[in-house]
Amino acid sequence: MITPTDTTPVLQVVGLRKTYGDNVALDGVDFEVHAQEVVAVLGPSGSGKSTLVRCIDQLETIQGGAMYLDGELLGYEVHNGSIRPLRDSDVQRQRRRMGMVFQQFNLFPHWTVLRNITEAPIKVHGMSPAEARERAMELLTRVGLADKADAHPRQLSGGQQQRVAIARAVAARPRIVLFDEPTSSLDPELVDEVLQVMKGLAESGMTMVVVTHELEFARNVADRCVFMAEGKVIEDRASKDFFADPRSSRLRTFLTRTTAEHQGGGSAPVEKRAASGVDA
Amino acid sequence: MSDLTTQPVRNPFADRSIDVADARRRIHPWRVVIGVLLALVTVQIAVFLATNERFDWPVVAEYLFNPSVLMGLGMSIMLTVIGMVLGSILGTGLAAGQLSDFAPLRWACIVFVGVFRGVPPLVQLIFWYNLAYLLPRIAVGVPFGPELFSWSTNDLITPLTAAIIGLSLHEAAYMAEIVRAGILSVDQGQRDAAAAMGFSRWHSFTRVVLPQAMRVIIPPTGSQVIALLKGTSLVSVIAMGDLLHSVQVIYNRTYEVVPMLLVAVIWYLVVVTALTLVQRRVERHFSRGMTRDAVVRRVAARTEVAA
Repeated sequence: MITPTDTTPVLQVVGLRKTYGDNVALDGVDFEVHAQEVVAVLGPSGSGKSTLVRCIDQLETIQGGAMYLDGELLGYEVHNGSIRPLRDSDVQRQRRRMGMVFQQFNLFPHWTVLRNITEAPIKVHGMSPAEARERAMELLTRVGLADKADAHPRQLSGGQQQRVAIARAVAARPRIVLFDEPTSSLDPELVDEVLQVMKGLAESGMTMVVVTHELEFARNVADRCVFMAEGKVIEDRASKDFFADPRSSRLRTFLTRTTAEHQGGGSAPVEKRAASGVDA
Repeated sequence: MSDLTTQPVRNPFADRSIDVADARRRIHPWRVVIGVLLALVTVQIAVFLATNERFDWPVVAEYLFNPSVLMGLGMSIMLTVIGMVLGSILGTGLAAGQLSDFAPLRWACIVFVGVFRGVPPLVQLIFWYNLAYLLPRIAVGVPFGPELFSWSTNDLITPLTAAIIGLSLHEAAYMAEIVRAGILSVDQGQRDAAAAMGFSRWHSFTRVVLPQAMRVIIPPTGSQVIALLKGTSLVSVIAMGDLLHSVQVIYNRTYEVVPMLLVAVIWYLVVVTALTLVQRRVERHFSRGMTRDAVVRRVAARTEVAA
């Protein structure tokens, strides 16, 4: 693994608070992600892990704390000594440096697979159509769907749609890709093809935050694992320590219970992240 | 089967003499009865239309392509097109405004839709036509400040402009509700994905949300176009020369009321039928990508062309 040379984290979250009325979804979350790191976020449902990545991509407004992308404050600016929300166009500019993969894929059903991938590079990032097309075909080849470029999303299986969604998320070369439970709505036999694509992406040096229930993936591919419960980060450790030596009793309980659930019916194990070096 | 009433049918003809391909059609007695009744009613109507001399078909034929009738038809179609275009644009804006997170804009749009959907179009037409009573001059200027331009209301409000304003505003209020329902039918995930890609709100609305909302917007819009075409007959009360007004002018002179109304009826039905056919085509266009079926059909068609 490449050790980050720059000490500024790609993503830094400090004391993040998110509430829905009286309901506290995130209660002072701190964590950071360095360049080329893969961080898995685990936790029981309702622990706030999906909310966390939605807040980072500014799909939710936050009620407290701060987030930084490459040291730049996300969603807010300091103006005359006070803090105020950014204007829409600046929020959009910040979002363009992140990629997002959703649980429900959220491909645009009225466009072909190719246009799903090329629209943002062309219309948002000003890439030439020829270049965007070439890049899209290269990505589709990498996710094994080059023959589906002219298909519409509804013609594809869930696993294929999610692979297209990953290609779409990385098409504009984001600094970081956020995954919001990317395999949770897939049929069990389709989970592995998506995890393999994500593993390939990790090997190519992409910085990733992955909210997931796939413990094998977290153990073998992620550099670090974050365990959340009730809107708080309970443990944040290197993957091997996280699984070998969980400190909190809650994590121990979670790991035992989740492993038991998955026995006999889980997906094939994803192998240990290989030597990196292939560029993104 | 554990069910006691359904015993497996044993084949008494072990020699494969049963093949359902040889089955006859089953006769449904009630369908026969209803079919016969419908045929009788159809014949009755045809006989009534053909033999009742008061329909005066020769007069209908004489006036069907009369220039002033065709002018009136043209005016009705023109008002429908203008009303629909202005109504759709304004209605889409109102729909977006009603869903805005800026409360004053949202309230303004809700009140606008409530008022213009609530007042009957006939009342609106007469009201706009008499606007000069309320507002003798119309001026453009800084609010509570100097005027930049001004016109006499009587110069601006002709039967044509009153008709366009009345029909467009009424249409806009209905279109606002239709477009709003369409927008709400699009999954929130689509907006999230568009935002996550860094699309602007405009790009997300026009390229992602609206095209998908069209599937829900088109069918009721087709009905709206038809309702508006028929609604144009209301403008005859402000002496606007639409299709109904043009036949009224003729029958006021000739007293051939029923044949002249038939002329109008025939033209309304012809245009409505044409509009319905167009609507079907548009619906098919916007369902692309929404059903596997439609996509497969189009791909198949393309392959045929290529072959």
